[in-house]
Amino acid sequence: MMNIKWSDVVITGDPLILGAQISIILTMVAAVVGITYFKKWKYLWDEWITTVDHKRIGIMYILVAVLMFFRGGIDGLMMKAQTAVPDMKFLDAQHYNEVFTTHGVIMILFMAMPALIGLMNVVVPLQIGARDVAFPQLNAVSFWLTFSGAMLFNLSFVIGGSPDAGWTSYFPLAGKEFTPGVGNNFYAISLQIAGIGTLMTGVNFIVTILKMRTKGMTLLKMPMFTWTILITNVIIVFAFPILTVALALMTFDRLFGTHFFTISGGGNAMLWNNLFWLWGHPEVYIVILPAFGMYSEIIATFSKKRLYGYNSMIISIVGIAILSFVVWVHHFYTMGSGPVVNSVFSITTMLIAVPTGVKIFNWLFTMRKGRIQFTTAMMWSLAFIPTFTIGGVTGVMLAMAAADYQYHNTLFLVAHFHYVLIPGVVYAVFAGFYYWWPKMFGYALNERLGKWHFWLFNIGFNVTFMPMFFLGLKGAVRRSYTFSAESGFAPLFLLSAIGSLILAAGFAVLVYNIYYSTRYADRNISTDPWDARTLEWHTANPVQFYNFAQLPEVKTLDTFWHMKKNKEGLVLKEDELEEIHMPSNSWLPIYMCAVFFVVGFFMVFESFIAAAICSIGIFVGLLIRSFDYDEGFHVKLDVIKKKERAWRGEK
Amino acid sequence: MAKNHENEKFPVSHIAGFIVSLLLTFATVGAVKYTDLPVVTIMWIIGALAVIQAILQLFMFMHLTEGEGKVQLINIIYAFFCAIVVAAGTIWVMTSGHVHY
Amino acid sequence: MAKVDTSLPLEYQTEQNRLNILGFWIFLGAEIVLFASLFATYGSLKDNFAGGPTPTDLFVLKDVMIETLLLLTSSFTCGVAIWYMRRHNLKGLITWLIITLLLGAGFVFFEVNEFIHYVHEGATMQTSAFLSSFFVLLGTHGLHVSVGIGWAISIIIQLARRGLTPTTARKTFIISLYWHFLDVVWIFIFTFVYLARMV
Repeated sequence: MMNIKWSDVVITGDPLILGAQISIILTMVAAVVGITYFKKWKYLWDEWITTVDHKRIGIMYILVAVLMFFRGGIDGLMMKAQTAVPDMKFLDAQHYNEVFTTHGVIMILFMAMPALIGLMNVVVPLQIGARDVAFPQLNAVSFWLTFSGAMLFNLSFVIGGSPDAGWTSYFPLAGKEFTPGVGNNFYAISLQIAGIGTLMTGVNFIVTILKMRTKGMTLLKMPMFTWTILITNVIIVFAFPILTVALALMTFDRLFGTHFFTISGGGNAMLWNNLFWLWGHPEVYIVILPAFGMYSEIIATFSKKRLYGYNSMIISIVGIAILSFVVWVHHFYTMGSGPVVNSVFSITTMLIAVPTGVKIFNWLFTMRKGRIQFTTAMMWSLAFIPTFTIGGVTGVMLAMAAADYQYHNTLFLVAHFHYVLIPGVVYAVFAGFYYWWPKMFGYALNERLGKWHFWLFNIGFNVTFMPMFFLGLKGAVRRSYTFSAESGFAPLFLLSAIGSLILAAGFAVLVYNIYYSTRYADRNISTDPWDARTLEWHTANPVQFYNFAQLPEVKTLDTFWHMKKNKEGLVLKEDELEEIHMPSNSWLPIYMCAVFFVVGFFMVFESFIAAAICSIGIFVGLLIRSFDYDEGFHVKLDVIKKKERAWRGEK
Repeated sequence: MAKNHENEKFPVSHIAGFIVSLLLTFATVGAVKYTDLPVVTIMWIIGALAVIQAILQLFMFMHLTEGEGKVQLINIIYAFFCAIVVAAGTIWVMTSGHVHY
Repeated sequence: MAKVDTSLPLEYQTEQNRLNILGFWIFLGAEIVLFASLFATYGSLKDNFAGGPTPTDLFVLKDVMIETLLLLTSSFTCGVAIWYMRRHNLKGLITWLIITLLLGAGFVFFEVNEFIHYVHEGATMQTSAFLSSFFVLLGTHGLHVSVGIGWAISIIIQLARRGLTPTTARKTFIISLYWHFLDVVWIFIFTFVYLARMV
């Protein structure tokens, strides 16, 4: 029944992997023992595992992202250690391949996406004055499927072997013929499961933003972060199905012997590149647009000024959404699609830089004549502007197909995308953490530690990646496990490796900050600590579970700012309160997580009969949902009044 | 906004949509089997017939313009834009240059 | 709680219903791109026969026409079912839904027979890129139809148990959208996969 041998499943003889296997088992045992000892099972089940509350779901996403950041970061450090000096013997070629593959997959799909989706979950319903998203139970399913995919992917390190064909998994290397083990099966299946979750998020947030805005909030009075999330989710809905198909075809080739991307039988490996990047390019805009939205909020708040150029911001993000679907070939100019195709895509790629440029100018104009406050969140946003611009302009260099024949697959390319992804996405995630932490948890992250985090990470980032531009121009290629002393690359590689240590120190400070602040920070802070502009700040710290006792009425952009200035809408009219209708918790989402994990596991190990039998469980879950007529529950008036008086202060 | 259909004796629009769809289907078969036109011309004709039938069914069977009609319409238009980029774009990229075999 | 607007058809009457229907339309947008990707794959690989069977060897117009007429008629009968629903006629709704499902099951029956016939002729999805892409495109559509039949049966059971309420009306309307959509996809399969190769 199982086509894979046991000796391939359990990996022996590698100290790192053995260490990981032991620590995973120990951690799981410790977690179970700890939760039992503190009698927290019921609390965990009721408050987190079966929750459909967007704020809780958002926090769970963020937790996954932080944990995955750790693993992806270790992967990066290992790569830097291996390339610190010529002919280093720390990782052999096979292991190096596995490390850069998992680094890429984890950082993009299991760190950046969950972090951004987590923040959008926490913030967007609050910003639009709603009580939850349109489909709360589906929202929980999205999280648990992402978690299921992440766990399945991480499992590959200790059982079966990690994928090793790059995060882009190009054929024919990624096919059965050249990579027969289960590693790339893990890639195909776990990304598929997580992808379904993300697609569901796309549908959920579009309906939420279009249909659940509070009274008076027209589309043109929405906060900019909400706008970027709307457009991001539109891109998700139309891009992720392409990945679904690509991964399915990959699964068929690897597991069922079809000929989509194989060399024999008429397959075409370039078709994989084409489909992957048809998804992959919109994907990078999926991660950057929420970041742009966060910067818009933070820069406006800490300049104490309205965001400049609201309308042009909207036009530019809509333009980005459309253009993002017509640039994908720039990822494989050198694969042979010819001069006409390459020229067309060079032009579209250069075009897409324009709307982003508009946004940079808008942020600068927002700051002009503002009263700048150098909070940690603002400093991340300030550092983003010049650093991301370096990434952006090197992107325009790469956009020219003819020139790209020189840059392609060198470290110049690697430096480019890290210069857009890290200052673009990661700095925004950090800024978002520092900005919205009080709203999520009721206390703030320490600002002094935050500054240390900022400086170490920022300096470390530049020292790590700037040398890589020059290494690439000298001819150093990507995905190469070593280099020779004669190449002359050694000094810059060493500099880069030192930079990565500073980067790691920065991340360590963040983790320490989270621990330190959770333990010592003042819980008695204002519900509006930054004197902010948008509706999510007109709530308790942390936010009450029903979000708003009365749905706010919106008259202008920057609603909360104007409410404070004109002193309107701030006082609760208790006699106008009504009972609030809230959705019930559900165990179905975590059930789906488990079922998909089991089916996925059997598919990875090519036990098709077991997979088929267990997939009945998926249909059972869907049927249970279909026959579920639960209408939720009502929050009584006295509960609402008590909670509201607590955070607003007794009258 | 939505037709309640409460006053109709027969589902008129549905019957009409069904008959036109049948005609378009038979026209497609006819164009392929019973004409001597050049292949490219036939492809364009049957492609157009397919698009017409799809649009017809979207409006007549699926009530595209009901409910959030405007949003649904934009959604379908954007979906078709992406579909054309994906399908035509892939075929164009894959048949250009040296890669086609 | 639910903002009920009784001037609208039953399925649009509550706010939650309107959210669900809009959400499903957006999901259909995603499905359009999904099928487009499968068409793109087929379009790239359709001439790669690897020395194996070609469309001329395999495709039989009569069988394809039967499948097309079955599915198209089922889309029509599904529309009639909703017409009855809008006239608050539960019996008419269920009757025409069952007719729809029978026609749909007929479609699946003929399609499975078609595939079995091909396999007997030595044309499996492992034979060539053309056949891989053909079977996956058609198979995905057929799987969608089969899942739809199961889904519709569960809806019929709920209608029989609970009668016609805003909630059951909404569920019925959504699966009707799904069913019509599958016929729209079939139009393109019929045209570009089958007929285009019979010129």
